Amino acid sequence: MSLANRMAVANPHVTAIAVEVSEYPDLARKYRVRGVPMTVVDDQVEILGALPEDTFVAQAVQLRTQPSPGA
Amino acid sequence: MSLLSDAELAQVRELLAGMTAPVVLRYYTQTLECDTCADTRRILDLLAGASDRITVEEHNLVLEREAAAAAGVDRAPTIIVLGAGADGALRDDGVRFVGAPLGYEFTALLDAILLVSHGEADLSEASRRLLAAVTSPMTLQVFTTPT
Repeated sequence: MSLANRMAVANPHVTAIAVEVSEYPDLARKYRVRGVPMTVVDDQVEILGALPEDTFVAQAVQLRTQPSPGA
Repeated sequence: MSLLSDAELAQVRELLAGMTAPVVLRYYTQTLECDTCADTRRILDLLAGASDRITVEEHNLVLEREAAAAAGVDRAPTIIVLGAGADGALRDDGVRFVGAPLGYEFTALLDAILLVSHGEADLSEASRRLLAAVTSPMTLQVFTTPT
């Protein structure tokens, strides 16, 4: 079952969008999709591949909340 | 041609029998320049036929662009999986599918229907603690292919 969907159901701030990328080559180019599944968090952070739950959630949340260099 | 064999359809019915509350599939379509909208509608009709707890609500992306934009929808086909309470009120858990739910995505849609129907995510305590730190909008776009 999709981890992103589970995160969305668990937290009202989270939206999970499953994108069938072969239908939308413009999105594949925009986000430089190199393999699937690939998850893009807030248009910024990429998570490539299917990861164990704890690793996926940690990457999605912690990478997103890290301040950008020089900020 | 049927989308599913009789055996596959029986499996889908069996899975959906595990739903605990109704689900509305809000479907955004458009008449022109949408190669997969017709297939998507057939899939949604199949699901609605497989469970009396599933309702399909169709919207036209072009004619209802403002409402679609307010829901963050800018492409067809898009499906928003909504939970429906006993009072008929709809609950948006933030679960969406962009593109036709074929192949792997069909299974993912079935999973999402069950998840939203139950309204409860099976996550570890560690994951829940991490997620509790998310207090502003967060969007996860998961790119997949049908195979």
